[in-house]
Amino acid sequence: MPTETTTRPGRSNSGARQASAASSLSIAPAVEAHGLTKTFGANRAVDGIDLTVREGEIFGVLGPNGAGKTVTLNMLATLLPIDGGEARIFGHDVRSESHAVRQLIGVTGQYASVDEDLTGRENLWLFGRLQGLSSKKARSTGDDLLAKFDLTEAAHRPISQFSGGMRRRLDLAASLITRPALIFLDEPTTGLDPRTRGQMWDTIRDLVAEGSTILLTTQYLDEADALAGRIAMIDRGRKIAEGTPAELKAKIGKSSLRVQLVEGVDTAQATALAADLTRETPIPAATGSGFSVMLSDANQAADVLIALRNHHVDITHATVEQPSLDDVFLALTGHPSETPTPESKACDS
Amino acid sequence: MSATIDPTRATSGPSARAVQASVPLRATLTQTSALAWRALIKMRRIPEQLVDVTAMPVLFTVMFGFMFAGAISGSRASYLPILIPGIIAMTTITASVAAGVQLREDMDKGVFDRFRSLPIARIAPLAGPMMADLVRYALATSITLIVGALMGYRPGGGILGVAAGMVLAVITGWCLAWIFLWIGTLAKTAGAVQGMSMMIMFPLAFLSNAFVPVNTLPEWLQTVTRVNPVSHVVSALRDLMNNGALTAQVGWALLGCATVAAIFIPLAVRSYSRRV
Repeated sequence: MPTETTTRPGRSNSGARQASAASSLSIAPAVEAHGLTKTFGANRAVDGIDLTVREGEIFGVLGPNGAGKTVTLNMLATLLPIDGGEARIFGHDVRSESHAVRQLIGVTGQYASVDEDLTGRENLWLFGRLQGLSSKKARSTGDDLLAKFDLTEAAHRPISQFSGGMRRRLDLAASLITRPALIFLDEPTTGLDPRTRGQMWDTIRDLVAEGSTILLTTQYLDEADALAGRIAMIDRGRKIAEGTPAELKAKIGKSSLRVQLVEGVDTAQATALAADLTRETPIPAATGSGFSVMLSDANQAADVLIALRNHHVDITHATVEQPSLDDVFLALTGHPSETPTPESKACDS
Repeated sequence: MSATIDPTRATSGPSARAVQASVPLRATLTQTSALAWRALIKMRRIPEQLVDVTAMPVLFTVMFGFMFAGAISGSRASYLPILIPGIIAMTTITASVAAGVQLREDMDKGVFDRFRSLPIARIAPLAGPMMADLVRYALATSITLIVGALMGYRPGGGILGVAAGMVLAVITGWCLAWIFLWIGTLAKTAGAVQGMSMMIMFPLAFLSNAFVPVNTLPEWLQTVTRVNPVSHVVSALRDLMNNGALTAQVGWALLGCATVAAIFIPLAVRSYSRRV
């Protein structure tokens, strides 16, 4: 094994002093949290969460509104005091070394954390100056970021005139002035239209390609799936599952086939065929005639459709669906994600 | 995903970054100035914020000048030297109330979260606007003087006396603002800050020698006005602006302001740090 590229250069007998000095910290994960807890009154908003985020990955924290995602992120980002447990960012204790931690992170919140009354350019200059850049350097870095995020034209407009997508981009740009090693993104695409959402995804992937580590929260399974190398699912302040998107999907398994039948067709016959082939109980469609049935293997969809064709059961359309966030939550928690309890909803901000 | 880390990629890895344990004083000053710049831009862009230091002094000077002159001093010419220093003291105190209200509003905004997440001195978001506010106190003082001059006030202290008076007024506003800043860190809403500050501001301004001769007051009230630092500020302003005299009152005024600052700076900073 070539010593230069091993994860633990300190164990090798490579003589490079610089490398071994760096190793003591570079082997520390970007985020390491144990038993993280936050209580608001009687409500345990975050209830003993363990997280490990490795350097260079995109880690997704997935959960419904009020699950405790934002509170978790804010504790890691030194914005909220930690009530219980401990957290380290690149080996620095969040509680006792918060100033060191703040030098390593960039935070982009759910709500625009830029100044509404300043222009985009002024905002970036201000944050550059605050982080020790010279006036000139702050200006040039700001202009580079505005260009990179396609905001040059809006540079001289106050933020209050920005669209939602522009705000989000400026917000992210403001977090990148000192190229932080770890970037926290709190629901980076909530409320964005699909096109802007896609752009944001590309930007996030670029950041990781350039060497950043990202911890993001999201309510969307597809977003976590598209971006994150690993995902922790959070519900009511607890971690209910963790793994790669594929592992999580395997855990709840199955995709389902949804079939809509032509009006007047024998629905009973169709469901019987599907039940026979999949060995699952088809669920009748809520509206019109049709059904959906769980598949243990996506190929079964073809079997069911061929059987329907052979028995002259005509369909209007058919879709094979991935398990949704709802399915995942239902499978893992026994309750749907869409009905957060009032207390948990209140504490997510 | 590969977990391999190339230790030679030192420039972008966090391990290579020099992490400082605290903010050096020089950096604190840079950060404070940057945030003062922000506050000044906001003043320019939202001129309504300056109403209390532009329109109010005009209103007070004209109103009190015409209303009370006859009753208190017999003539306007003899009342203005008593009144103008009083109005200056009052407008700078009124102007300093805004420090707390604005801090409360600022702390509720998203941008404050970013300030909190940055490796900057915790005091900078508090100290920056305080620095910018010096402009407000200077504005309030100048406008009162200009309106006073238009109404016939001719300060006998000359340019030096007036300049010294202005400096004292600005210092007073700045020191008293810490009281309201402290309230700003305690109250839950900007409206509450405003209300609580008024309860402090009015007695401070009016239970003093700012508008009426103290010897017309009942004994107990005279005692109150004598311990009120604003009385000493007003006396000092009169001495400086009307007579160009550096009297003991100037010393008492500065001591009073320093005492207020010495009590309320630590209170404000501690209460603020607890919230951020």
